[in-house]
Amino acid sequence: MLGAQDPFVLAGKSWRSRLIVGTGKYKDEDETRRALAASGTEIVTVALRRIDLKPGQPSLLDALKGYAILPNTAGCYTVDEAVRTARLARELGMTEFVKLEVIGDKRTLFPDAEATLEAARVLVKDGFVVLPYTNDDPVMAKKLEDAGCAAVMPLAAPIGSGLGIRNPYNLRIIMETVKVPVIVDAGVGTASDAAVAMELGCHAVLMNTGIAGAKEPVLMAEAMRLGVEAGRKAYLAGRIGKKLHAAASSPEHGLIE
Amino acid sequence: MKLQVNGKPVELPDGSTVAALLEHLAVEPARVAVERNQDVIPRRTWAEARLADGDHIEVVTFVGGG
Repeated sequence: MLGAQDPFVLAGKSWRSRLIVGTGKYKDEDETRRALAASGTEIVTVALRRIDLKPGQPSLLDALKGYAILPNTAGCYTVDEAVRTARLARELGMTEFVKLEVIGDKRTLFPDAEATLEAARVLVKDGFVVLPYTNDDPVMAKKLEDAGCAAVMPLAAPIGSGLGIRNPYNLRIIMETVKVPVIVDAGVGTASDAAVAMELGCHAVLMNTGIAGAKEPVLMAEAMRLGVEAGRKAYLAGRIGKKLHAAASSPEHGLIE
Repeated sequence: MKLQVNGKPVELPDGSTVAALLEHLAVEPARVAVERNQDVIPRRTWAEARLADGDHIEVVTFVGGG
């Protein structure tokens, strides 16, 4: 397996898998468990919500044993909400890692760049390993890196949209601009999207709906694993240049007459 | 004393601790985090941390999310 010789290094830790998977929207815990296993992921995201005041609910954490937990601040629209959510998640999850999301618009779920940057600064100062969801904006990516974020996570397309890699050129510029890992977060709809992200040189891909929303989530989880691996290998292998005209693969001399 | 727990009124004896609240709610302490008036209450202090009338409490857990 490639992962052993080509680890994904995030905040000083090495991972074999370059696929980070969300745990929302699955049919039940069994499907969650099987999809995560098929994806080969090692890091899974979770959200933080009020408990149901009726006891006896099964805990998601039972299905997530063995995975590194990456709590998110999904649903937060202000710096204050995001910081409080991150602190509660740290207390609950015993992890300094946080996927920072500060949303600016309900319809598109695009991030509020200004609030994301401000929250990132507060959380970095508070000892968090901050992985921010951001626009595919190289200037913003640089500001987040300068704020001390451990990675930047630009969207490929709106969350849950499945529209794929809408702006590969911005992603490339982001990778030229920052030294921290670039993780495509949101918008991946199928395995080829994941492969494209990896072929561009992104360090990892984070997805949820692309797997959980498929007709067969477990099969799609496997497809995404293969897509990420194929894209990474193609990136390392170095693709051929594009030409307008043909270049024959077979010798052009020695043909029979 | 009257508390607001996750936006709903809860009544407990005066001087109740966080641990007592969680017992009252019948939640497994290992699976939740608790915030009082927007500050996290560290788990290690739950047995002693006393709540006060009018406190706004949030009791949260992890759920599936992306």
